[in-house]
Amino acid sequence: MSTTVTADGIPARAPKTPRSERGPAPTRIVVSYGFWLFLLSDIILFAAFFAAYAVLAKHTAGGPTGPQLFDREHVLIETACLLSSSFTCGMLGLAFERRHALFTYLFGATTFVLGAAFVALEVSELGHLIATDAGPQRSAFLSAFFALVGLHGLHVAVGLAWLLAMGAQVATIGLVPLVVQRLRCFALFWHALDIVWIGVFTIVYLGAR
Amino acid sequence: MDATSATSNVQPDEAPGESGDLRADIAKYVGGFVIAGLLTLASFWAAGTTMVWQPGVPILLAALAIGQMGVHLVFFLHVSSGPESTNNILALAFGVFVVALVVFGSIVIMANLDTNMMPIGHPMQTQR
Repeated sequence: MSTTVTADGIPARAPKTPRSERGPAPTRIVVSYGFWLFLLSDIILFAAFFAAYAVLAKHTAGGPTGPQLFDREHVLIETACLLSSSFTCGMLGLAFERRHALFTYLFGATTFVLGAAFVALEVSELGHLIATDAGPQRSAFLSAFFALVGLHGLHVAVGLAWLLAMGAQVATIGLVPLVVQRLRCFALFWHALDIVWIGVFTIVYLGAR
Repeated sequence: MDATSATSNVQPDEAPGESGDLRADIAKYVGGFVIAGLLTLASFWAAGTTMVWQPGVPILLAALAIGQMGVHLVFFLHVSSGPESTNNILALAFGVFVVALVVFGSIVIMANLDTNMMPIGHPMQTQR
C-alpha cells in the first residue's frame, strides 16, 4: 500500500491538483532547476571552445596533426575512469538521499579517486605533448586543443576540490538538508562534465583522421 | 517497506528519478552505466574499423555520441517526461539550440570566409 500514499498521507494516484494551485515547488526542485540553468550556460561556454576547435582543427602550421599525437588507448582509459566515476557519483547520490553516511563517504572517495586518476592521466598527456614540442604555442590546432581539453580538465579539478569540501561538510555538519542539497548540485555538475567529455572524445580524439 | 520508511523525509513532490525504491534506483544506474559503456566501446571501435564505409564513420560517431548523451541525461541526470522535468527540458532544449547555433554557425561562417577570402594559390601565413 506504500505505493498509493506518500509520506504526507496524500494519495499519490488521486486526481491531481492543478499545478497553478499547488503552491511553490519544494526547495530541491527549485535549487536543482537553478543549478541546471548554470550547467546549461556552462555547456554553452564549452560550445564556444568546441566551435573554435572545429574551425582550427586543420590549421596545424606544418606541425604535428591530431592522428600523429593522439593515443586512443590512453583516451579509452581516461574515458573509463570518468564514466566509472559518473556511475559511483550516482551511487553517492543514492547514499546521501538516504542519509547513509558510510556509503556517502565510500562512494564519494571512489568518485574522487577515479576523477583524480582522470586528471592525472590528462595532465601526463598534455605534459608529454608540451615536452615533445607540441605545446599550445605550436599551432592554432594545438592552441584550440589545449584550450578545450584544458578547460574540461580544469572543470574536473574544480569538481574534485568541491567533492573534498563536501566531504569536510558531511564530516563536520552532517547530512543536514543544506549539505544534501549541495551534494545534489555536485552530482549534477559531475554528470554534466561526463556529458561534455563524450563530446571531447568523439570530436577531438575519435574525429581526428 | 523499509525503503519507503528510509525516504520518509523526502518531500511529497517527487523529484525526477526519486522513486524511493533502492533496488530499482541501483538497477537504473547500473543499466545506464552498461549502456553508456557499450556505446563508448562502439565509438572507439567505429573510429578504428575498416568494416564501415569510411565517409560514413563521422556520422556513425555523431550518432553514437548523441545516443550516449541521451543515455546520460535519462539514466544519470534523471531528465524524464514527468511534470517536474518540464522546465528542465525546456531549458535543455534552449541550451541545445544555442549550442547548435554557436558550433554550426562558427563552422559555416569560418568555412565561408576561408573559401572567399583566401587568395588562390597564396595561402596567407596568418591563416595557418
